[in-house]
Amino acid sequence: MLIIGLGNPDRGDDAAGILVARNLREHGIKAVEHAGAMLALLDRWAVSERVIVIDAVVSGAAPGSIQVWDPWKVPLKRTLFRASTHEFSLADTIELARVLNRLPTWIRIYGIEANRFETGIEPSEEVVSAAKRVTVEIERIVAGGLSVSTRAGTRT
Amino acid sequence: MSGASSPEKESRTIRVNYMSRVEGEASLVIRLKDNQVRDIKLKIFEPPRLFEALLKGRHFSEVPDITARICGICPVAYQMTSVHAIERALGITVDPMVRLLRRLLYAGEWLESHALHVYLLHIPDFLGYPDAIEMARADRAEIENALRIKKIGNAIMALLGGREIHPVSVTVGGFYKVPTKAELQTLVEELKWGLDRAVANTHRIGQFEFPDFEEDYEFVALSHPSEYPFNEGRLVSSKGLDIDVSEYEETFAEQQVKHSNALHSQIKERGSYQVGALARVNLNYAKLPDVAKQAAESAGLHVPCRNPFKSIIARAVEMVFALEEARRIISVYDPPASPRVAIPVHSATGCAITEAPRGTLYNRYGFDENGILHNALIVPPTSQNQRRIEEDLWKFLPPFTSLRVSELTKRCEQLVRSYDPCISCATHFLRVNVERE
Repeated sequence: MLIIGLGNPDRGDDAAGILVARNLREHGIKAVEHAGAMLALLDRWAVSERVIVIDAVVSGAAPGSIQVWDPWKVPLKRTLFRASTHEFSLADTIELARVLNRLPTWIRIYGIEANRFETGIEPSEEVVSAAKRVTVEIERIVAGGLSVSTRAGTRT
Repeated sequence: MSGASSPEKESRTIRVNYMSRVEGEASLVIRLKDNQVRDIKLKIFEPPRLFEALLKGRHFSEVPDITARICGICPVAYQMTSVHAIERALGITVDPMVRLLRRLLYAGEWLESHALHVYLLHIPDFLGYPDAIEMARADRAEIENALRIKKIGNAIMALLGGREIHPVSVTVGGFYKVPTKAELQTLVEELKWGLDRAVANTHRIGQFEFPDFEEDYEFVALSHPSEYPFNEGRLVSSKGLDIDVSEYEETFAEQQVKHSNALHSQIKERGSYQVGALARVNLNYAKLPDVAKQAAESAGLHVPCRNPFKSIIARAVEMVFALEEARRIISVYDPPASPRVAIPVHSATGCAITEAPRGTLYNRYGFDENGILHNALIVPPTSQNQRRIEEDLWKFLPPFTSLRVSELTKRCEQLVRSYDPCISCATHFLRVNVERE
């Protein structure tokens, strides 16, 4: 399984995915960090049929809320994810992957509700706490002990 | 979106909000009254200003890795400019092969950045697709080819920089690690394929229909006596400017404007100017390799070209150049005896300009006898073009003000995207609000 934490570690809550990847590695589970070009994910996840991606989202839910999507069942809302400056968002990259038949056979997207993105600030307590909860859930998936819902759902 | 109908006798405010939170944030506000343009404001938030503050108190050896994080798309530009500024301050000259490798690394970034912008973000504007995803549905092979060219840039960056994004092998004085000749040879076959493809793509792009719009720009770019510019040269313009980069701050001024966090750059007592691919091609056409010149001719690009919409051709030509330059460098490369030179530390101030994919990027650093920074100035290309973009919109919009909001927005986006500012991709998913009095 390939686990990818997205985000910019220097911009507050945007580090949500990075925090999860670092937590997992501390627990001995392989997870990579990805900052910058989303389109590079197309090649990155080509090596694995099972992929988990974790990113910060902005949906209006309470900071630290966790949402999970199966892109095979529910297209991601474009407005939720990072709209980087001159780049595709994660949602765009997934839709392009779908058109190009490059979407992994099994893929789950974890979205952690983010609130603050100023350069140089620390992630909020809510996001740090949510990252820990997501870490635990992914550990269970890796261990084969949890079947993640394939419907998008929000929980705090 | 509200107010899609467009009454002619009332005030309208069109807000084009660029949802962007990592490398930049921006919005475009256009105020109309009785279909006359009353105000245009491009609002940009720029992280470089915050990074200038973050750098103070850090050792100069940390600067290239910190500045590389300013932008996920052009980290090499930020890294290279800071390295050159520090080396100029300390009087360091690097091994000629190190210099070549830096050009190769820059070629990789131009390829990656231009391929993304031209093929996936800009071409849909000209072919009538809302985005590259819809374009891929209609022509999957074309998008796969675009991604393959972009991947050549990624491969160069991964090989030289240690990874595809935010290279970690670049340091003041050279590289931590340089590739072997054999490692670089692994790129050659893809470079050949990419070159043929990029030439064909440039011709095709030249056949697009371009809006009939020209302005008497002052184009500004680096100019080197014998090379198409990446890392060094004098700063020249289409209206006679010819200065050493150390004269940049005497010649250019940054002006604070109320509506934007970005400073507006201008040439003192002259005004706005344009940087980027179109400026580079116009000012350095003679130094392009023959294959790039032939591609430009085949696309109908004649210099000086003053149509900003044709910047897409300039970027396509620069992809041909970058592929050919990468091939040339690999053919002459021999690993340097040492990947980096020793660094003498003393108090100093130095500046440099390199050509980021989006145009000239200026850095200036001052540090003490221990190498600790006490000042930093970073002037990114987007802030240099910002005033010019607003002036273009003032001239370009009047014939279209009676159009529906959605149409007017599309034309604004196309013009803004021609400058490939650090906000351009976000224009594919805009929130448009129209306020009526």
